[in-house]
Amino acid sequence: MSDANARISEIVKGNDIVLFMKGTALFPQCGFSSRAIAILDRLGAKYETIDVLQDAEIRQGIKEYSDWPTVPQLYVKGEFVGGSDIMMEMFESGELQQLLGAEA
Amino acid sequence: MPMAASEIERLITAAIPDAEVVIRDLAGDGDHYAARVVSRSFAGMSRIKQHQAVYAALGGRVGGELHALQLETAAPRTENLK
Repeated sequence: MSDANARISEIVKGNDIVLFMKGTALFPQCGFSSRAIAILDRLGAKYETIDVLQDAEIRQGIKEYSDWPTVPQLYVKGEFVGGSDIMMEMFESGELQQLLGAEA
Repeated sequence: MPMAASEIERLITAAIPDAEVVIRDLAGDGDHYAARVVSRSFAGMSRIKQHQAVYAALGGRVGGELHALQLETAAPRTENLK
């Protein structure tokens, strides 16, 4: 378990913008992940994705890492931002653009 | 195993008594819901904390037996405008 935690921590800290999702950016395997990708693409963000379906340890571990029960999960500069609902709210209010823009 | 909208609402208001809960069944299959939860207890909480409070109210069902819950949370408007 702490092993998964360490791996996730490394991923989150090693990438400015990283989305844990089901599937890939090209082939999202869930409507919520698809929505998250659409938002990031719309903002022209450069991001990494981690497909939790390919890694059972991370799939379970990511839920505990941020005490968040669902995927997708967006992290910016090491900080948990939220799931796709929060991303959508922040996109609509312009906050997400600001957050990602500031990192670019 | 699908969950009834009334059960989701009951669990949320059991944990957050003043919550105003509006639930929509998105797909008509008892498995894809959208919930809007408004509570005074959310005032001053980050969005992440607000959503976590709702997830906690649902006691680990989100992501499991409740596959898809699109969530929107807010404090009452008067709180937001002060």
